[in-house]
Amino acid sequence: MAVTGLIMIAFLLMHMYGNLKLFLGPEAFDHYAHWLKGATEDGGILYPVLPAGWFIWIFRFVLVLSVILHIWSAASLVLATRARQGDKYVTRKTKAQTYSARTMRWGGVIIAVFLVFHLIQFTIIPGSFGGNADEPHTMVVAGFEQWWMVALYAVAMVLVVMHVRHGFWSAFTTLGGNTSSRAASVLNGLAWIVAVVLYVGFMIMPLAVLFGVI
Amino acid sequence: MTAPTTTPAAAVPATANQYWIDGADIADTKAPADVPIDKVWQSRQFQAKLVNPANRRKLSIIVVGTGLAGGAAAATLGEAGYNVLNFCYQDSPRRAHSIAAQGGINAAKNYRNDNDSTYRLFYDTVKGGDYRARETNVYRLAEVSANIIDQCVAQGVPFAREYGGLLDTRSFGGVQVQRTFYARGQTGQQLLIGVYQQLERQIAAGTVKMYARHEMVELIVVDGRARGIVTRNMVNGKVETWTADAVVLATGGYGNVFFLSTNAMGCNVTASWRAHRKGAYFGNPCYTQIHPTCIPVHGETQSKLTLMSESLRNDGRIWVPKKAEDCAKDPRQLAEEDRDYYLERIYPSFGNLVPRDIASRQAKNMCDEGRGVGPAVKEIDENGNERQVRRGVYLDFSDAINRLGQKAVEAKYGNLFDMYQQITGENPYEVPMRIYPAVHYTMGGLWVDYDLQSSITGLYVTGEANFSDHGANRLGASALMQGLADGYFVLPNTINDYLAGAPFDKLGEDHPAVVEARESAQARIDKLLSIQGTRSVDSFHKELGHIMWEYCGMERTEEGLTKAIGLIRALKEEYWSNVRVTGVNEDFNQALERAGRVADFFELGELMCIDALHRRESCGGHFRAESQTEEGEAMRHDDEFLYVGAWEWGGEGSKPVLHREPLNYKAIELKQRSYK
Amino acid sequence: MKLKLRIWRQAGPEAAGRMVEYDLDGVSEDMSFLEMLDLLNENLTNRNEEPVAFDHDCREGICGMCGVVINGVAHGAPEGVRTTTCQLHMRSFADGATIDIEPWRAGAFPVLKDLAVDRGAFDRIIQAGGFISSNTGSAPDAHSTPAPKREADLAFDNATCIGCGACVAACPNSSAMLFTAAKITHLAMLPQGQPERYARVKSMVAAHDEEGFGNCTNIGECAAVCPKGIPLESISQLNRDLIGSLFKADGK
Repeated sequence: MAVTGLIMIAFLLMHMYGNLKLFLGPEAFDHYAHWLKGATEDGGILYPVLPAGWFIWIFRFVLVLSVILHIWSAASLVLATRARQGDKYVTRKTKAQTYSARTMRWGGVIIAVFLVFHLIQFTIIPGSFGGNADEPHTMVVAGFEQWWMVALYAVAMVLVVMHVRHGFWSAFTTLGGNTSSRAASVLNGLAWIVAVVLYVGFMIMPLAVLFGVI
Repeated sequence: MTAPTTTPAAAVPATANQYWIDGADIADTKAPADVPIDKVWQSRQFQAKLVNPANRRKLSIIVVGTGLAGGAAAATLGEAGYNVLNFCYQDSPRRAHSIAAQGGINAAKNYRNDNDSTYRLFYDTVKGGDYRARETNVYRLAEVSANIIDQCVAQGVPFAREYGGLLDTRSFGGVQVQRTFYARGQTGQQLLIGVYQQLERQIAAGTVKMYARHEMVELIVVDGRARGIVTRNMVNGKVETWTADAVVLATGGYGNVFFLSTNAMGCNVTASWRAHRKGAYFGNPCYTQIHPTCIPVHGETQSKLTLMSESLRNDGRIWVPKKAEDCAKDPRQLAEEDRDYYLERIYPSFGNLVPRDIASRQAKNMCDEGRGVGPAVKEIDENGNERQVRRGVYLDFSDAINRLGQKAVEAKYGNLFDMYQQITGENPYEVPMRIYPAVHYTMGGLWVDYDLQSSITGLYVTGEANFSDHGANRLGASALMQGLADGYFVLPNTINDYLAGAPFDKLGEDHPAVVEARESAQARIDKLLSIQGTRSVDSFHKELGHIMWEYCGMERTEEGLTKAIGLIRALKEEYWSNVRVTGVNEDFNQALERAGRVADFFELGELMCIDALHRRESCGGHFRAESQTEEGEAMRHDDEFLYVGAWEWGGEGSKPVLHREPLNYKAIELKQRSYK
Repeated sequence: MKLKLRIWRQAGPEAAGRMVEYDLDGVSEDMSFLEMLDLLNENLTNRNEEPVAFDHDCREGICGMCGVVINGVAHGAPEGVRTTTCQLHMRSFADGATIDIEPWRAGAFPVLKDLAVDRGAFDRIIQAGGFISSNTGSAPDAHSTPAPKREADLAFDNATCIGCGACVAACPNSSAMLFTAAKITHLAMLPQGQPERYARVKSMVAAHDEEGFGNCTNIGECAAVCPKGIPLESISQLNRDLIGSLFKADGK
């Protein structure tokens, strides 16, 4: 769970970085999107180590596998816990649990639903919310010109970064990186930084589209 | 304060023999008598018969108790290959009360190069015990002390270390060498966890079978040999019998006879007392250690007392108001001239650092005069009337804070101050602490020989439950040492001498002795449940505690002890006709558990008073007001009392029989204790 | 002080339990929480009702036998305080307060009666490897192996665990990882603990799971209620050793 989570966090950071290409103009953005798919004349990313177009499929495969394994471990954890919990307390007060830790499970499910929506919009049925697949920037612009779309993403991203905040710290703890109180504060700080960077990085572009900066 | 007198041993009271019968002298026959003291253990180990490793598998041993003495014995015997059955009343062996010891554990390692040696540790322990311990046993204790440290370190006990990675030691309890190993203020906990880990390892290996939440309620004796025990399962009430080739009791001390003590709530004398009633002699029951620096009683609902390190007396000044009417006032408002620094006044040279027993007695005297401080607590006076008495004296750090600064005081005593604040809700940096003495340790216990075998063949007793090593007073940091010495190194090397004659006949559930033990245990339980009187078990226990504390506590007199015996007998009679035990046996019934323990405390309490009455001298923790020097110090009478008082159960309603084991000091010269 | 207590009463492991209300008068603020329960039990006995069963022994915060959930918090410590139930005092409560008292609840800690639970699973986790295999008599001199002070102190911090089970009671997943990790870290930080270090972590974690404790999701409730301040970091040390053990051939 920790490993797959960290893979996805790494992907999110890369995804966010890619999104910011839109500020360099539609061509740069489209070129980047095509390059990822190996559809540029130079053969795209990692060509010639890999044949053109292979990278994106390997990449997708790893990501999908991560998502599946992540959900599978989460589900088995939840089921195991259910089986092992005693009776519920009549009164219960939490002392340490953060809001993000408490929302990991339901938040995760909602994020999964959002992910499906997001993939439909941009990958599976590209252009389903306007724009055309050959010029990816048009899909982005068409989507985020709608205020409700931006609002939806804004809310969903809150869930995502909360999940990342606890997930990042938790993953490193699980992997044995949190063995002193100093390490704990460093990890917590990093988790916050990653979460904030992701949120700002992801939301700045849709907002720019909405307000017509791009 | 009682008028100081110098007396020979108080004259034999005319009433004495209405309480006991004199029996024949006894002696330890196991320690080789013809060798120098430093060869005694070695030669005993060589003489003792051995059990072939292949035969050990065929032998079984019952160990009752899982503290340092019991757990260590069970684990070590398990390692040796015996089948061990281990019992404890707690829910896990890790909870035994050894865990609460704070200070440290002595060992004659001489790591400090400060002239320590086995002989010096031996000497200090005998002297500290006021020359009432058996020389050979104490020497052996000092001898094996060094092995204990090695053993514990190998098990992963995290003793305090210095930056070089080597073990740190400190001096403790007024000893001039630094021989005390420690683990912050939790040495007992760390040592017990070490024992517990070894024990769990043997449980996993299958050599030890652990029965937690099982309380021993009877001993099974067959043809003069201890062959098993009867237990009550504390979860479902099942009364069960267990048989083996030998039985080891490591059931701790009996300080809870006073109701309030620093012992755990469950500590009790039942296992020892059941054995005593079946023929095991009880040695020196009156030797009780009372510790001067405990947190005082807050009210009638107080359930136990908490000890604070004695080191506090190094910097704190002890006082009470001069006038009784000032006792309820805020101590900070009292002018210097209205305060009575009574220890500094009475003992100008030693001041606040007088020995434990003197500090304790004087605190009691001040409160008896009506000059105690803190909340008033209800008591019953000698005429049976209720009275309100404040039981506490101030331990004031304001001078130390002014002199050294709060920082320095905090560095030295911070954890103790925090503990005090948590319990009392008062900030000792601002308001003087209140302290009062409390029962802490019982030096007496079942009589054992050099092999730790009691007067019942096949019954061994280790740790605080036996009487052997501390004489009339125990030095700091030596209880842990004794428990582990007995459990790891002594018993496993002596019990083989007895087991070499085993296995004994298998006993069926229907053997008459087994049936008798089970039925008598069951009958006692049924009787307790059937009384259905009007008073709770605790109310009786508290009343017994008051009697013991008043008359058999810090200061004992012939008159008081005689009176106490009468009071205890009357209370015991009322108990057996008026106690109310709710619920049924076949259940998790804590009232019933306590009822059985308190029933035995009555009989023990009576014997303690008789022992204290018969010993017309003061020694160590036993202070007879009739036998003191002009300075009010304990005065021994070696000519008459240089012996162990080993009491034989005389039968229900009959007098106990006193057997004397004369003490022979060959390696140490007898001296009167002096703090001049 | 006058209190309204709502206490979980359950006749036995199989019986259904429920919260029962009691009014208790005459409580002093100097009483410990368990002395308050003693007083209730004395009153119940006088009314010929059955007293409330609860585990306790040393009453000085070290044996680990006591422990109940007070107003939803294991051991009931107020903010900023670390304590066992026995060292909690009534001055932490207001006069007239309602106090909910429940047993530890976890699948691996079945209720025996009222507030008493069976924590035998902890002993079995230790049996799986929470020790150093060193028979009595076989030890070298204590000074033969120096232990660096920093690690020795860390070992000590973890060795202060009293096995009370508050960590399990507070954990939303009923996990005993903090308990297990404290023992792992204690022994892993000492030179004497090295030979069995990786085999130990494997078998103890396996025993932990077999006993029916839940999984750790690094929430931190355990460390927040631990009366001895065992930190969450110990669990990370356990994880580190567990990952390390994947690359060692010894152990299960």
